[in-house]
Amino acid sequence: MRSIRVIPCLDVDQGRVVKGVNFVDLKDAGDPVEMASIYDRQGADEIVFLDITASSDSRETIHDVVRRTAEEIFIPFTVGGGIRSVEDARKILRLGADKVSLNTAAVMRPSLVSEVSDEFGNQCVVVAIDGRRNNKISCGFEVFTHGGRKATGLSLLDWAREIVEKGAGEILLTSMDRDGTKEGFDIEMLEMINNEIPVPLIASGGAGNSKHMVEGALLGGADALLAASVFHFGELTVSDVKKELLEAGLIVRGA
Amino acid sequence: MTPRPSVAVFDYGIGNLRSAQKALQFAGADATLTSDEELLREADGVVLPGVGAFGRCSEALTESGLFEVATSLAKEATQGGKPFLGICVGMQLLYKGSDESTGVQGLGIINERIRPIPEGVKIPQMQWNKLECDFSHPMFIGVEKDPWVYFVHSYAAPKTKESVAFCDYGTEINAAIAEKNLWATQFHPEKSGKTGLLLLGNFLSLLRNFERE
Repeated sequence: MRSIRVIPCLDVDQGRVVKGVNFVDLKDAGDPVEMASIYDRQGADEIVFLDITASSDSRETIHDVVRRTAEEIFIPFTVGGGIRSVEDARKILRLGADKVSLNTAAVMRPSLVSEVSDEFGNQCVVVAIDGRRNNKISCGFEVFTHGGRKATGLSLLDWAREIVEKGAGEILLTSMDRDGTKEGFDIEMLEMINNEIPVPLIASGGAGNSKHMVEGALLGGADALLAASVFHFGELTVSDVKKELLEAGLIVRGA
Repeated sequence: MTPRPSVAVFDYGIGNLRSAQKALQFAGADATLTSDEELLREADGVVLPGVGAFGRCSEALTESGLFEVATSLAKEATQGGKPFLGICVGMQLLYKGSDESTGVQGLGIINERIRPIPEGVKIPQMQWNKLECDFSHPMFIGVEKDPWVYFVHSYAAPKTKESVAFCDYGTEINAAIAEKNLWATQFHPEKSGKTGLLLLGNFLSLLRNFERE
């Protein structure tokens, strides 16, 4: 039985949530742990923290978030951003995170994926890929890095194959074309990866309502659905999404 | 107030062990992560977590000098001795070996091998799944009907007489086993929200009852 996971994603800068957090009942609207705990109560299946802290001096701020989350929240959580070595990953996992997400650092040095996977197992290696449509690329989609700012010339499909071979246990696929548009996921891109790649697939970028979430799972074949601002602004709750998924005949936990 | 039973969590240098410690603490235990044999033997109960590959975990256990103590404590638990809980690869290690890492030995408490999840589904199973469980077993006291728990694994134990819970993932997966005071789960109770905490609480009840005997 395949169940569909719903995953809120929190962008964290120097230990504080950034980007449109708009909950009225928060004691501290910038505290990632309190936010995560609210999503846990809404029925979130996992949480993703994306550390966007630019300065390496402030890197430790995410460690504190991980430590506190592990003490208070008993669902799986993933940490991405700034993980460039096995030692970086070890720190995050030892503090209580379940998975690390690798993106730009994996493109720069693909062996990072196998190193982390060999050390801790592929179950804790998520590779995040930012894809954008490009007709000049054989599969029709190009891989971008640096938060979607840099083109790599890499084919999305080839890259996905490579990282799974190197030990990625899961792919977090973001459409740069759709991210922030609220027009829905890029179904074609999801479908392509879902048909070719055997590991679980997380859809990201573009979900603006519950119908989009259903499409991501039903048409795109995604195993998990990730969103940030639609949840943060309270436009959607995790339970809204789950009810819609259930009505569409999909299996979800606790709807 | 019921006293907080002491639980020693095997610390053998692999992945995320802190979650198990924190969840046990939240469930009411005085939980410590340790690689000290003495502490493991003195605690009211022990927990063997495990993530990653079977071979890597088994070797790490040996390198930490804890393979023997894990074997003897698990064996004693099956004979009614001090309660022992294995989680995920910590459950798989109780078997004699795994197809994932041929040539590497498990603790051999259960005379079976760990096998790959049959093809036709995405591997690893990385999701919440519903349990079919033997509600008469103390592991599931107070647990709601159709409990959802979190799984992350590519290999699983075959069904045996020790099985007390299953989930459906392409095929029937052995999700939990129990033999007297030896309990083990393929899923992660420490990551399964309220249901998981309830289950860990039931393990702590086993510890309290054991102390009284």
